[in-house]
Formats: sequence, structure tokens, C-alpha cells
Amino acid sequence: MNAAWETVIGLEIHAQLATKSKIFSGAATAYGAAPNTQACSVDLGLPGVLPVLNREAVRMAVKFGLAIDAAIGPYSVFARKNYFYPDLPKGYQISQFELPIVGPGHVDIEVDGVKKRIGVTRAHLEEDAGKSLHEDFHGLTGIDLNRAGTPLLEIVSEPDMRSADEAVAYMRKVHELVRYLEICDGNMQEGSFRCDANVSVRPRGQAEFGTRAEIKNINSFKFVEKAINYEIERQIEVIESGGKVVQETRLYDSMKDETRSMRGKEEANDYRYFPDPDLLPVVIEEAFKEEVKAMLPELPDAKKQRFKTHYGQDDETAATLTASRQLADYYEALVKASGGEAKLACNWVTGDLLGALNKAGLDISRSPVDYERLGGLLKRIADNTLSGKIAKRVFEALWQSPDTADAIIEREGLKQITDSGAIEAIIDKIIADNAGQVEQYRSGKDKVFGFFVGQVMKATQGQASPGEVNKLLKAKLKG
Amino acid sequence: MSLTADTVKKIAHLARLGIDTRDIDDYTQDLSGILDLMTQMNALDTDAVTPMAHPMDQVQRLRADTVTESDQRRVFQAIAPQVEAGLYLVPKVIE
Repeated sequence: MNAAWETVIGLEIHAQLATKSKIFSGAATAYGAAPNTQACSVDLGLPGVLPVLNREAVRMAVKFGLAIDAAIGPYSVFARKNYFYPDLPKGYQISQFELPIVGPGHVDIEVDGVKKRIGVTRAHLEEDAGKSLHEDFHGLTGIDLNRAGTPLLEIVSEPDMRSADEAVAYMRKVHELVRYLEICDGNMQEGSFRCDANVSVRPRGQAEFGTRAEIKNINSFKFVEKAINYEIERQIEVIESGGKVVQETRLYDSMKDETRSMRGKEEANDYRYFPDPDLLPVVIEEAFKEEVKAMLPELPDAKKQRFKTHYGQDDETAATLTASRQLADYYEALVKASGGEAKLACNWVTGDLLGALNKAGLDISRSPVDYERLGGLLKRIADNTLSGKIAKRVFEALWQSPDTADAIIEREGLKQITDSGAIEAIIDKIIADNAGQVEQYRSGKDKVFGFFVGQVMKATQGQASPGEVNKLLKAKLKG
Repeated sequence: MSLTADTVKKIAHLARLGIDTRDIDDYTQDLSGILDLMTQMNALDTDAVTPMAHPMDQVQRLRADTVTESDQRRVFQAIAPQVEAGLYLVPKVIE
């Protein structure tokens, strides 16, 4: 990065709220329905209809506000944001302008071990627009209004970020938070969580901000990073070659990895906001706030801290296990199911389980191995019934079948042989059968020891306790 | 007169209103009259007055989050000029 320039970034994140019905109507919000089957007369803006606000959407916004330590406006107003676009049938979007539901708050991030507090200016409720399909409809555009009226929480940050890495860390943190709060499914492919980035550069040390460009509708963490880095380079180049950055809206093209200016947005970007006469002011009572507060789950930072102190995990492990509420819950349920094997549970979750889930492209909530069955396996490792190697085999079997670990161990005869008498008999036979190697070992070739261990394991199909085998072999080979 | 004919043309364009060029002077005069009245009202001291968001002194009622609407696409699309594959068809906005 160019040392003479400083980057200033602010993000506007749109989180689709996980309500069953729309923000102002009783139409369903489910994703993937046939076009226009979930767009009712209110969503279509037909004459004579009135919007009625969804209580759940308000509750979710308040929940977010409390989680980022924000002021919750006791008095909040909906406004009309006027613009013309075919997927906005009313000619205006119901949003909030002067009195948003969530006031100033903050989100703490960490980049390369450095902690930083990012200010959240506000978060407001608004309705989503429909979808335009520009594929060929004989030169026309197809409009699907299923998404029109879906509740959104727009989370506006202060221009506090100074690099693409910080912007990504902030976006990830908010993403983690809305999923912990269960107010948004966070599905970025489906557009449930997307962001606009305001990017500008200024000579290092200058107090005023440079002219910013707004990059619209970025729907992945990777693209946020790439789009911002591209934009920084572009702006520096423009200025250094004697030009001026123009305030404009740009689109990120992930195929070409570049941002480009959007069609000349109307000369006047004037939305003519005014209070929506169809909606009365919203008053959030203290009791409502208290009720929501009582329902707040343990938040990611607090959970991570507790995992570190309570389970003795390092920072990275605790971060992995608390990355989602579902994973953290799974881990804690597993510890319980395994009879308190916190360390073992941690190794198995971060190792084999996450590895297998990753490979299968599955989320923890869809793990074929539930915590109870995995807990059964951990119990058998802890009580020495299984060796580590055999445990992996049992894990694979758990993944493939609905059986318990004990049933699999029983069926496949996988119990670890800890009976030293049985192991001794096997060792005796191997020593008798391999006189040459015994000779080599006794003449000082220590490496041959591995050969013997291998033979014992082969003879016992890996079920002999490795510690026991080592001990007995050493004693026997001494002669 | 606080408005010019050019401003009126621009507002008409933004509002997608096709107005007759012969009427522009009348519009300019009428709209200016409204704005002049605003200017007059702006002279009042309203520092101590809370902006009114709604003329009714009432609070928004909230509804429960339940799906109450069923699919009425066929009915709604019966009045649309052109539909295809369940979509409303409109003139292209982006080239």
C-alpha cells in the first residue's frame, strides 16, 4: 500500500431480518418462491392499502441495538425515500431518516492482534425493493416483487476503518453478531447480508476527508476486500496523475476484479425524504426494551472470553469454536455428553469434525454426527477402550450410519486390547518368527523397533494399546 | 419569484411528469408562490417547537409476525399490461 496516502472507509450493511412475514404486510418472506406469489396488494402499492408495522422487525432491530451498546430511540419515525425504479412500485421506499430506531453504538474488531473500536452511526428499519430480471424478455425487463417489503436493517458505520482488512473484520463481526442474535440468517449468496462501501483516500496527516466513491451491493467478504483495494489504488492513481476523484456510485465486477462507474445516476441524488403519513411514529417503551434485553443471548466476545477462561483455550481455538452460536452450542453440549472431556472435545471438533464438515460442504447445524453420538465416542477414547487410530475409524462409521459409537465398537470388534497377557502372546510369536530382526535390534539397530511395533499392530489390527505395546516390546526384546 | 423555468423543467423530469412547455410559466409562478409562502413562514422562530411527524397524536400499532396473505398473483396480474413466466414486464431501464 502507498505510504503517502491514508484510506478512509465506512460501510453500510443491509441485513435482511429473519421475520416470517414482511415488514408492512402479511405476505410471506420465504426465499425461492415462484415469482410474485408472495407479493400482496400492500407490497404492490395498490391504491387504498395501508402499511402496518411488524412487531418482530422492531424487536429484532432493538435486539441489535442493545447488542452494540447503542441508544434505542424511544421515538422513531418512518420516512419516504422517493425514487423511480420499476421494482419499486410505490415510487418510494419506506425507510427511516431523521429518527432511526437505533442510534449511535459501536462494534469492536481485531486485526493482526490490534483491537479497534468502530463506531456505528445508526441502524434503521426499511423495506427491500423487488428484483429486476434483465434477461431477454423480448427487450423488456421482468419484475419479481416477492422481495418487495422484506424487512431490512441498514447498519451505517462511522468512517472509522483505515484498510480493507479492517472493513472485512468489521463486516465479519457484524455478520457473526446478527447470526448470534438470530435476527438474520446471514446467507450472502441469497443476498440476506450485503454491503455498500464508502471509500476515499487523503494524504496521510490531512484532517479533511477526500472525495468518496460508493461501491454498491457487495455480497462476499472476499469481494469487499478486493473491491476496496482496487478502489484505493484507482483513486490514488487518479489523484497522482493530476485528476480529481468524482463522487459517484460504482459497481464491483468480480469477474474482472475492478470497480466501474454506474450509469449516470440522475443528476440530482435527491430522495425528497419526508415522514410517511401512512405510518404513525413508533414509541419504544422501556418495558419492551427490558423484555428484549432479557432475551439477549451470550454475545460472541463474551462467549469467546468464557471459553478461554473456563476451558483453558488459546485465543485462536476459542475464536474458532465461538465463530457461530451453533458451533459453540454443539461444543458445549459435546463436553457434557462426553462426561466433561473439554480438551478432547475441542480437539475433535476443531480437527476431525470441522474437517469432515468442510469437506462435505456442511454447516454444523447439518452435521451427520450429533453431539450425543460423538460424545459416546469421546467417552470410549477417554476410558482407553479405543486407541486414537481406531477412534478415527469409529468416527467415520458414525458419519456413515445412525448407530452409536458403542454399537459400532461392539459390532466391528474394535475394543482396544489392553490385556497385557494377550499382547504378550502376540509379541512372543512375532519375536519367534523374526529371529533376524531380533538379532539386528540386539546388535544396536534401534530402528528395527518400529518394525516390531508395526507387526504387533498388524496382528492386532491396530487395536493394541500403543503404550502397552511399547512397554512390553522393549522388555521382551532385551531378551 | 424564487423559481426559474429551468428548475421547473428539472423537477418535472425528476418526477417523470410530462408538462406542456406552454404551461411552464404558469407552473413557475404557482410553485414560486408556494415557496414564497414558505419563506414567509421561515421567518418564524420555531426553535422551541418539536417537529411534527404526524398530525395525529397517536402511536403506531404493531402487528404480529404471521403470514396472513395468500397468493393472488392471478388476480393482480389480470390488470397488468404485460406478464410472462409470473413476472411483470416493463420497459428496460438499463441498456
